[in-house]
Amino acid sequence: MSTATVAAIRRPADAVLRISEEAALEAAVVEDDTTAVPAEPGDGPMLINMGPQHPSTHGVLRIAMELQGETVLRSKPIIGYLHTGMEKTAEDLTFLQGPTNVTRMDYASPLFTELVFCLAVEDLLGTEIPPRATWIRMLMCELNRMSSHLLFLATNGMDLGAVGMMLYGWKEREEILRFFESVTGLRMNHNYIRPGGVAADLPDGWQDDVEHILTVLPDRLEQFDTLMTGQPIWRDRTQGVGVITADEAIAMSATGPLLRSTGEAWDLRRTMPYLAYDEVDFDVVVGAYGDTFDRYSIRLNEIRESMRIVAQCLDKMPKGPYRSEDRKVTPPPRARIDESMEALIHHFKIFTEGFRVPPGETYVAVESPRGELGCYLVSDGGPKPQRVHIRAPSFVNLQSLPHLMYGGLLADAIAIISSVDPIMGEVDR
Amino acid sequence: MADEGVAADDAAPATEIAEQPTMFGVPCTDERGQRVLHPSRDEYLDVLGMAAADGFELCVDVCAVDGLTNGGRAVAPGIEPERFEVVVNLLDLRGRRRLRIRTQVPADDPQVSSAVGLYPGAEAPEREAADLFGISFSDHPDPSRILMPPDWEGHPLRKDYAIGAIPVQFKAVEGR
Repeated sequence: MSTATVAAIRRPADAVLRISEEAALEAAVVEDDTTAVPAEPGDGPMLINMGPQHPSTHGVLRIAMELQGETVLRSKPIIGYLHTGMEKTAEDLTFLQGPTNVTRMDYASPLFTELVFCLAVEDLLGTEIPPRATWIRMLMCELNRMSSHLLFLATNGMDLGAVGMMLYGWKEREEILRFFESVTGLRMNHNYIRPGGVAADLPDGWQDDVEHILTVLPDRLEQFDTLMTGQPIWRDRTQGVGVITADEAIAMSATGPLLRSTGEAWDLRRTMPYLAYDEVDFDVVVGAYGDTFDRYSIRLNEIRESMRIVAQCLDKMPKGPYRSEDRKVTPPPRARIDESMEALIHHFKIFTEGFRVPPGETYVAVESPRGELGCYLVSDGGPKPQRVHIRAPSFVNLQSLPHLMYGGLLADAIAIISSVDPIMGEVDR
Repeated sequence: MADEGVAADDAAPATEIAEQPTMFGVPCTDERGQRVLHPSRDEYLDVLGMAAADGFELCVDVCAVDGLTNGGRAVAPGIEPERFEVVVNLLDLRGRRRLRIRTQVPADDPQVSSAVGLYPGAEAPEREAADLFGISFSDHPDPSRILMPPDWEGHPLRKDYAIGAIPVQFKAVEGR
């Protein structure tokens, strides 16, 4: 390792405030008694706790910050407010029930967590899934990436004062969620991708709905460009704010738009293809300066790339079964249950006992809208996993926050938190 | 190091290994095409250092596994399974390859060296593993709880930690 690399690794780590949660709380307590206030306020750095209920923190995030005037010095994200022990819960659910649980982690892009869990289960089982299932998964995930990025544009706009953007972003996202509802029955937390395929085939007329989204959206994206990208105020607030270099991002294990904004063209869909991403045409969007503006424009343009992939899914969608024919993982068709006692027993057993997965361990990763979403799955041969670990990109990317904010203004901190796009449900799991 | 990549790709699955392949001087197995190293706790940090020098520049993830209910599991020939296991996933962006490092950690002394000196990005995942499994990472810059409250007792992801339940009183809705 060269000295330059070591220095690059050291630098982000130095921005972290090493302070315990209680100490952060104590230091920031405002006493009613005025004598408790330091004699000369404004001299030394001041410690404040931003959150855990701040509207710009995308969930329940608290940041202990050292401030010198309006300049942010060291800081530390304090998390865990949404921790509900989902990995523990996962050990108590069968492999078939697993997606119901993991889909609730990243609530802005639930299909990706379902996907990565199912890919891990299928890897251990050695199950092949039919092509139609693969392409349905890809179609749904790309639509989900679009809805997730639209949500980002909405909240990012709101955080920076472009309040109108919030309404437009949510509105376009709703178009996609409406399609999800027609396919999966739910707007979010779909439990649609299951081990062995997907829960149901695409409904009649799905092509029209997707085409509608694809025709409406480009104009809207142009409008977003007018509203934000070209705006001098928007540029002032985002350009050169929260800069990170490629070496630093890699040292901090950052992935997704945060890593790509530094010019590092790392997208698992391209570099380590899964599903059928090697059969579709799309570009990996990269930035150049590693700043907040790059992260914003990467996401905006990734919506356009996702639309290209969705259009190709529309053309190439193969016919055939939408889930594996392997009776081990797939319940018998509804019609069979009426006429066959064995099918009924089989159906009952698969939903009560679940199916057994051969012992072993695997790590599978996909490119979620926030970065590398991984699933480390250990099976002891039973119908329930021994260990499910989700490598949540938001959780890991959040480590870069202190470095991004160091030396910047407090107002910029809001822009930076927003640009990392953390989903706290996934951070805390 | 391209020659090693080729060698590992050709390696037989863990179950039918004739002569044991090694990488960085520690046993190496192949789990469905994924390369897994099995260093001892003493070798752990050295292996990470060699991996970092070999191009595995991004530490994707650090997590732990509790093998209390799965004591006889297969690890690698010559490696005795212990109760805990620390699993590190590394990524080489240039070579587009992954590497997994599984280190056995005994229950009576659950501690390993921290990888933060090599990979600053390992800080939060290591805190998570320490929080939920009670494995201490020596020389970690911030060994505090990350997900559970600071005053929490016990380590929830351990197998001997009950899943727990809160009794809920369901009440009839008025007027029904």
